[in-house]
Amino acid sequence: MSVNNGLDLTKIKPYGDTMNDGMMQFSFTLPVPCCDESKEAARQLLLKMGIEEPQVVDAKDLGVGYTMFTMYGKSSHTVDYSAIEVPKVDTDVMDKYEIEAYLAENFDRDIVIVGACTGTDAHTVGIDAIMNMKGFDGHYGLERYKGIKAYNLGAQVPNEELVAKAIELNADAIIISQIVTQKDVHIPNMTELIELLESEGIRDKVIVCAGGPRISYELAKELGFDAGFGTGTFAEHVASFIVQRLGTAFSGSEGDS
Amino acid sequence: MTSKLNLDFNVVEKARQSARVIAEDTQKFIERHTTVTVERTIVRLLGVDGIDEIERPLPNVVVDNIKKGGGLAEGAAFWMGNAMVATGKSAQEIAEAISRNELDLTTLEIQDEAKIKAIIETEAGKMVDQIRSNRAQRDTYLETLGEGPKPYLYVIVATGNIYEDVLQAQAAARQGADIIAVIRTTAQSLLDYVPYGPTTEGFGGTYATQENFRIMRKALDEVGEEVGRYIRLCNYASGLCMPEIAAMGALERLDVMLNDALYGILFRDINMQRTLIDQFFSRVINGFAGIIINTGEDNYLTTSDAIEEAHTVLASQLINEQFALLAGLPESQMGLGHAFEMDPNTEDGFLMELAQAQMAREIFPNAPLKYMPPTKFKTGDIFKGHVQDTLFNSVAIMTGQGLQLLGMLTEAIHTPLLQDRALSIENAKYVFNNMRHLGDEIEFKQDGIIQKRAQGVLKEAADMLEEIENTGIMATIEQGKFAGVTRKLDGGKGLDGVTQIGDKYFNPFIPMMLGGGR
Repeated sequence: MSVNNGLDLTKIKPYGDTMNDGMMQFSFTLPVPCCDESKEAARQLLLKMGIEEPQVVDAKDLGVGYTMFTMYGKSSHTVDYSAIEVPKVDTDVMDKYEIEAYLAENFDRDIVIVGACTGTDAHTVGIDAIMNMKGFDGHYGLERYKGIKAYNLGAQVPNEELVAKAIELNADAIIISQIVTQKDVHIPNMTELIELLESEGIRDKVIVCAGGPRISYELAKELGFDAGFGTGTFAEHVASFIVQRLGTAFSGSEGDS
Repeated sequence: MTSKLNLDFNVVEKARQSARVIAEDTQKFIERHTTVTVERTIVRLLGVDGIDEIERPLPNVVVDNIKKGGGLAEGAAFWMGNAMVATGKSAQEIAEAISRNELDLTTLEIQDEAKIKAIIETEAGKMVDQIRSNRAQRDTYLETLGEGPKPYLYVIVATGNIYEDVLQAQAAARQGADIIAVIRTTAQSLLDYVPYGPTTEGFGGTYATQENFRIMRKALDEVGEEVGRYIRLCNYASGLCMPEIAAMGALERLDVMLNDALYGILFRDINMQRTLIDQFFSRVINGFAGIIINTGEDNYLTTSDAIEEAHTVLASQLINEQFALLAGLPESQMGLGHAFEMDPNTEDGFLMELAQAQMAREIFPNAPLKYMPPTKFKTGDIFKGHVQDTLFNSVAIMTGQGLQLLGMLTEAIHTPLLQDRALSIENAKYVFNNMRHLGDEIEFKQDGIIQKRAQGVLKEAADMLEEIENTGIMATIEQGKFAGVTRKLDGGKGLDGVTQIGDKYFNPFIPMMLGGGR
C-alpha cells in the first residue's frame, strides 16, 4: 500500500473505511416525539454542525415524548494536527522500581504524600487506586513504594483538615481526587485548597496534584495546581511527577527536614 | 432445593450460627443506648414536622432542647409525653413552642408516668396505623396492578432537582423499570438533620426530604397505573439520619431502602456505635412498613479486590441477615447486596461471578438479593461497558437475583442520561427474556471451576465469621477486616449523639412494630 494515501496532517478528518471520508457516529436525544419531523430536526442539527450527508439510522421514543437518535454523517471540518500543542506533565514516567531507585539515590529520607478525596465527594475509588497498597489493575499504590510514606485520608475530607494534616506530617506533596464533577462542584473546592495553602504560606513548599476522570492537566494548572491527572493514571504516573519535581526543586538541600 | 454448587450446608449453618452470636452480642449493646437521630425519629413519629424560622427541622429543635437540658437518657417519648400531659398541647404545638423559646421540655414539672405512657401510646398508635395502612395500600396495588417479574429492573435518577427526577423516573417506568431510586445529594449522609420541603438543587443526587418522597411517590403511582405495573420507590436510610429517613419512607410508602448495618461505619466514617444503634430502629421501621432493605456489601468490592475479598461479602451478608432478623425484618425483605465487580481481564471471571451469585442464591433462598453492576472497571469505553453489563445481566437471570441495579454504559462518565437508562433497560429486558429459564436447564460440573469457587468462598467466610465471633464485630472493624477500612470505636462522626439510656426511657414504637400488631 502506498503511504501517500491522501493523509494530510494539516487537514485531518475522521476515518471510517476510506481516508478522508470523514465518517462519524452520533447518539443523542431530542426533547420531541419520535416522528418524521423530529428525524428531520436531527438531520438539520448535524448539518448545522458541519456534518454532510447525515443519516438517521435509528430513532426511538424514550417514554416521555423524547427521542433518541443514532446517526452517521461525514465531517466537513478538518484539523491541523501538525500545529497541535497540548500542555502535559513533562517529566518522564518511571516504573515503581525506577522510582524507588530514584528516591534511594536522591533522598536520604522518606518523602511524604498526603492524599484525600476532598469536599463533599464521597467516592474513594480514585484516591484508593493511586494510594492503597493494592493499587489498581496490577499497578501497586503509593503505600507500597519504598521511600514514600503515603497517607490516604479517605473521602469527604474538608480542605482545612487536609491542609492541617499536610502541615502536621510535613508533607512533600498533596494529591486530591475529585470524582463528582456535576455542575462543576469540584472547581470551587479545588480553588479553595490552593487558597488555603497560600494563606498558610506553604503553597511553594508542597507539590499539589489533582486527579479524576474529568480532571485534565490544563484545568489543574489553571486552578493553581502543579499537575492534573485524568483517566488511565496509575500510581507510577503521579509518583514519577512528584519525585522528579521534588528532585529538581530541592536538589542539593534534600534530606535535612 | 438441591445445591447446584454442591455446597456443604453444615458449613453454611456454622457460619450462620457465628453471625447470630455476633449480632446478639452487639444487640445487647444496642439496647442499652439511644442516639439523637433515634430520638428525632420518635419525635417525627409522634407527628412533629416542619422547620423553624431559621430552617432547623422541628425534630432537631426538640431533641436539641432535650439534649441541652441533659435529658437525652430519658428519651424524647418521655419528655414529649410529659409536656403533653402537663400542657394539654399536641406534639406539634409543643415543638413549635420550643422553637419560639416558649417552652423548655426538661424544666417542666414531671407528671405521672402512667399518664405519660398512655398519651404517648395513643399518639404513637395513630402513626403506626398510618404506616400499616400504607403497607395495605401497597399490597392492594400489587394485587390490582401487579408487578414486573424478578429480577426487578432497578435504575437510579440523580438530577438534583426532584421535578426533573420525576420526568426521568416516569420515562424509566415507561421503558420498563420496576424500581426507581432517587440518589441522594453527595453530602447528605453526613448531615445530622433531614432537610425539609421540595428541593431543586443537589450535587450528584437529590436531597431525601419527606416532601420529595411524596412528590416522587405520587408520580410513580400515576405512571404505575398507566403502565399497569406497581413501580417501587427506593431511597437511602443510611448516614447520620438512618431511622428518621426510614420513618419518612414508611410514612410516604417507599418500597425499598438502602439500609446496611456497617456501611456508614466503613464508607462514611460514621461512628460505629452510632451506626449500630441507628440501624436497629431503622430496620424495625422498615420491617414493619414492608420495605425491602438493600445492604451494601457490593461496596466492599469497589475498594477491595472482588476475587480475593469475596468471602467478606458473604460474611457481611450473614451478619446483616442476623441484625435484620433481630429487628423483625423477614427474609422476604432482605435485599442482601453483592456485585459483579471482577476485573474483566480475568480468565474465567464470568465463571467465578456465576459461582458467587449462585452461592448467594442458595445460601439465602428467600431473600430478594440485590445485585450490583460493574462500576470499578468501567473506563469510559461505553461500548465495552454495554457488553460488561450484558454479562452481568446474564449472571443475574441464570441465578435468580431479586433486584437488579442496572449497569450504565456511561458509568465512570456521568450520572445517567435519559438515553443511557433507556439503553440499559433495553439490554436487561433482552437478556432476561431471551435467557429466562436458562438457569433451570443447567447444572454445574461436579468439582468444576464453578463449584470449587463457591465452596472456597463459603469456607473462607465461615472461618472469618468464627474469628469475628471470638473478637466481636467492633474489634473486627477496628482491625480493618471489612473492605480494608479501619475504624475506631470512638472515631468517626456522630459519636456525640450517642448516649446510654436511663431508667425512665421508653421507645413506644419498638414494641408496637416488633410486637403482635403487625
